[in-house]
Amino acid sequence: MNGWTTCAWGVIWREGLRFVQQKERFLSALVRPLVWLFIFAVGFRSVLGLSIIPPYETYILYEVYVVPGLCAMIQLFNGMQSSLSMVYDRETGAMRTLLVSPYPRWFLLLSKLLASTVVSIFQVYAFLIVAYIWGVEPPPMGFLAVLPALILSGLLLGALGLLISSAVKQLENFAGVMNFVIFPMFFASSALYPLWRIEEGSTLLHDIALFNPFTHCVELIRFALYLKVDTIGLPVVIACAAAFFAAAVFAYDPSRGVLARKGGR
Amino acid sequence: MTEQPALSVQNVSHAFGDVRAVDDVSFSVAAGRFTALLGVNGAGKSTLFNLITRLYSNRSGSIAVCGHDMQAAPREALLSLGVVFQSRSLDNALSAAENIIYQAALHGIGRREALSRGEALLARVGLSDLMGKKIGALSGGQARRVEIARAMLHQPNLLLCDEATVGLDVKSRTDIVADMHKLTVEDGVGILWATHLVDEIWPDDQVVVLHKGRVLADKAAAEVADGGDLSDAFLTMTGDGS
Repeated sequence: MNGWTTCAWGVIWREGLRFVQQKERFLSALVRPLVWLFIFAVGFRSVLGLSIIPPYETYILYEVYVVPGLCAMIQLFNGMQSSLSMVYDRETGAMRTLLVSPYPRWFLLLSKLLASTVVSIFQVYAFLIVAYIWGVEPPPMGFLAVLPALILSGLLLGALGLLISSAVKQLENFAGVMNFVIFPMFFASSALYPLWRIEEGSTLLHDIALFNPFTHCVELIRFALYLKVDTIGLPVVIACAAAFFAAAVFAYDPSRGVLARKGGR
Repeated sequence: MTEQPALSVQNVSHAFGDVRAVDDVSFSVAAGRFTALLGVNGAGKSTLFNLITRLYSNRSGSIAVCGHDMQAAPREALLSLGVVFQSRSLDNALSAAENIIYQAALHGIGRREALSRGEALLARVGLSDLMGKKIGALSGGQARRVEIARAMLHQPNLLLCDEATVGLDVKSRTDIVADMHKLTVEDGVGILWATHLVDEIWPDDQVVVLHKGRVLADKAAAEVADGGDLSDAFLTMTGDGS
């Protein structure tokens, strides 16, 4: 391994090590979507009728519909958890160790982003296995086909987390992230109900959901899980991931972004 | 030919709003020399450290580590630099070895080499048996030594220590200061040691007195003391002596 890969691997290794040591974090990452699947989805099954919509080729149960949204939800929470740990590292001083590395800041942030994505993918697969046992059975090849989609959505949501961490000054402010980022992104998306259903209720909410990058993460995962490509979601997710990451790099630049404002002149 | 200084700070200023935390500061740290940056709390020491380590962007004057300008060649400058921050920056949930592996990776050093260097560095201060212990289980002095070993992993030419002995007992402080002086002699490392504790400075050390963001003196400790007590000289210089 050369120095660059050693550095990136070191950041991923540390994130993985911390994740393994924080058993509660893994447990809550798994329990959260399972509560939705076991309780919410069962209750909603009889209330919400679903017509045949791509990528599905037949009528499906609500549990089947909601699983891709819950996969994305795991990644959304993981992205915010990474953001939280960045703020914690900044408060405790551990962040400075990272930032005085001789490697460029964009590379260090990219390594952090990769680490967060890898951790989120492990959580998603653990959830998919439980969902499979519960009776949500996508095509076996779907488990492989969904991996690139999970990487892309993990990068998008992780990059968003990085960007948020640059702006959040204290851990205490993280309740605001729950209220103003996680909940709106999750509920104003196609994670729990199809866009046509939302449109029936509110055109405005439908439009908001359509512009919500999280919707495209959900649809990208949904299509990939059923061996199809979401041709709209794919470029949107790639573009949003790139934009959020570029903004995070800018924000962490000591001479230009948020750190510059905090650091005086 | 003059030897390249380990650190050169030239005409550096930095402000937070209207408050000038660092005001036209210039000094240098010679290779293999222990230089104390002496100043009371709020003198501007930590701001200066943040500028030297590029945590803050330096917008006036220049900072060079071993001849590498921090703005123009940050990678080369940071490669030559080791840092021990004022507040603890080790991961308490990880062991000393895991912290060392992580830090080494951030400098592109592989796991095996990191462990070998880490063990050697800790063995020098008689703490090689700490490698497997969680940081949270170490005493303050032991954790500080692990931090110093960690900062030395990539064999830097300049070591910055920002009030590295804060919160430690007298014996730990004395031992760490002695270890640092040994490093300058045995490894030729230039050390910039920020402190407000005069008793950590030895007579042969170079002293940069920083007060309200300005350099009041830059000479050997014995010269600053001028035949008297360094503490009295410092208090007189900063206007706190009566």
